[in-house]
Amino acid sequence: MKHIKTINGKTLNRDIKKAGCGECQTSCQSACKTSCTVANQKCEKE
Amino acid sequence: MRVLTGCPGKLVIMIHAYSMYGTNLVLDVSSGAVHVFDDTAFRVLKCFGQDGRLEEEKISKLREEFPEREIREAVDEIRTLISEGLLFSGDIYEEHLPQWTRNTVVKALCLHIAHDCNLRCKYCFAGTGEYLGERSLMSLEVGMRAIDFLIENSGNRRNLEVDFFGGEPLMNFDVVKGIVHYARTRERDCKKNFRFTITTNVLLLDKDKRDFINEHMDNVVLSIDGRKEVNDAMRQRLDGTGCYDRILPLAKTMVEERGHENYYVRGTFTRNNLDFGEDVLHLADEGFEQISVEPVVASADSGLDIREEDIPRACAEYKRLAKIYAERRASGRWFNFFHFMLDLEGGPCIAKRLRGCGSGTEYLAVTPEGDIYPCHQFVGQPRFLLGSVFKGFSGNPEREEFCNSNVYEKPECRACWAKYYCSGGCAANAWKFNRDIKKPYRVGCELEKKRIECALWIKAKEAR
Repeated sequence: MKHIKTINGKTLNRDIKKAGCGECQTSCQSACKTSCTVANQKCEKE
Repeated sequence: MRVLTGCPGKLVIMIHAYSMYGTNLVLDVSSGAVHVFDDTAFRVLKCFGQDGRLEEEKISKLREEFPEREIREAVDEIRTLISEGLLFSGDIYEEHLPQWTRNTVVKALCLHIAHDCNLRCKYCFAGTGEYLGERSLMSLEVGMRAIDFLIENSGNRRNLEVDFFGGEPLMNFDVVKGIVHYARTRERDCKKNFRFTITTNVLLLDKDKRDFINEHMDNVVLSIDGRKEVNDAMRQRLDGTGCYDRILPLAKTMVEERGHENYYVRGTFTRNNLDFGEDVLHLADEGFEQISVEPVVASADSGLDIREEDIPRACAEYKRLAKIYAERRASGRWFNFFHFMLDLEGGPCIAKRLRGCGSGTEYLAVTPEGDIYPCHQFVGQPRFLLGSVFKGFSGNPEREEFCNSNVYEKPECRACWAKYYCSGGCAANAWKFNRDIKKPYRVGCELEKKRIECALWIKAKEAR
């Protein structure tokens, strides 16, 4: 494309049926204890 | 900055479009797609309505500024993105929510190893370590029972997490060791994998403790606020002296011995240092590569709380930091700022993004006496006492409130473009400021949104 550059595709709605295994780290166990920062957590399946 | 929402066919459509340092960014909220638009396409985008349809009367005005050919190219490209589900996509997740909220199990405990502390940090949400109660230390018996409770309530979850927290957990380190050894003896038979973390103020971090932590802990969080004068104004010993000169070299040694991996230095900023970017950079200059510096959560009477009038300055500081951060990373002076981290390709699944941190459900805090609370920030508040590791859950209906909490249950979150990144925000903050775990803390929301904007801009810079 000439006018638009996509730097990330549709990542949220892929594998919906496989979502929610719950094996990933709890966000407050990493480095936030007073604010909720979820989107920087890793998926255990990745 | 522009947010569009619409709901043709009942699906909510939302995009977030903003410019930062001359870069036009467009987030398609529901799909997670992120685009960089040139100026022509960015203006053309504004001619599309909330339902993703082009409004011809708006586009005709653009012809006075841009060549017809450029406009048509931009329109075609936008329509291509729409047809591919990368722009103006609908929110399809709510119908899936029930499958992700049933059968909730416990997978993480924050163990309050010590309700006591050898510092008297002026912003501490735990009082001076005692959390609205009396000073106390967790016994090995309580700690072992907490491990049993976690195993018993974890269902089929294999990975279980235990964070050793306080107060200051190094004041009761023999119990930390005992709990780790006990958990290791149980994990094979129970087919579990324990991951341990510890959050410490560093003061007592001697060789013996460092060796044990490095051998057994998956992550260590080392508290330091940044510049000496900033740190020492807040983080003081009982005699009022600052701790910076003691903890900085110890933290460096710890990080060196861990091979510079699996750690964070973590600080807190208050309204007294809204130039907190300097503290982040100071920690980077001291050689730390994994850095977290968070806004304080404090009451108005503390004089330290971030107020509505502080939001513009704090947001400007995040923006300033983002620019320096990107420049440093590009020039070989790489470091990671926890609050600019964003894994666009991987990252958590949508189920986690809808439900957030899991406080009160997957994640619980345990006091030295074995009492259970939704998270460390609720400890000591009788309303939120959920049970004990000895007797199990008490049936307190408050737990149901946490189980039912998700971004769709919070009107402000439902309408917010950032909901899949903060996942509804911190329940403890919501309660502290609004007395409702489903009404998010506005100051925290505004800062979080700015951090996400900065993080996306950094991604765009690094994608070039």
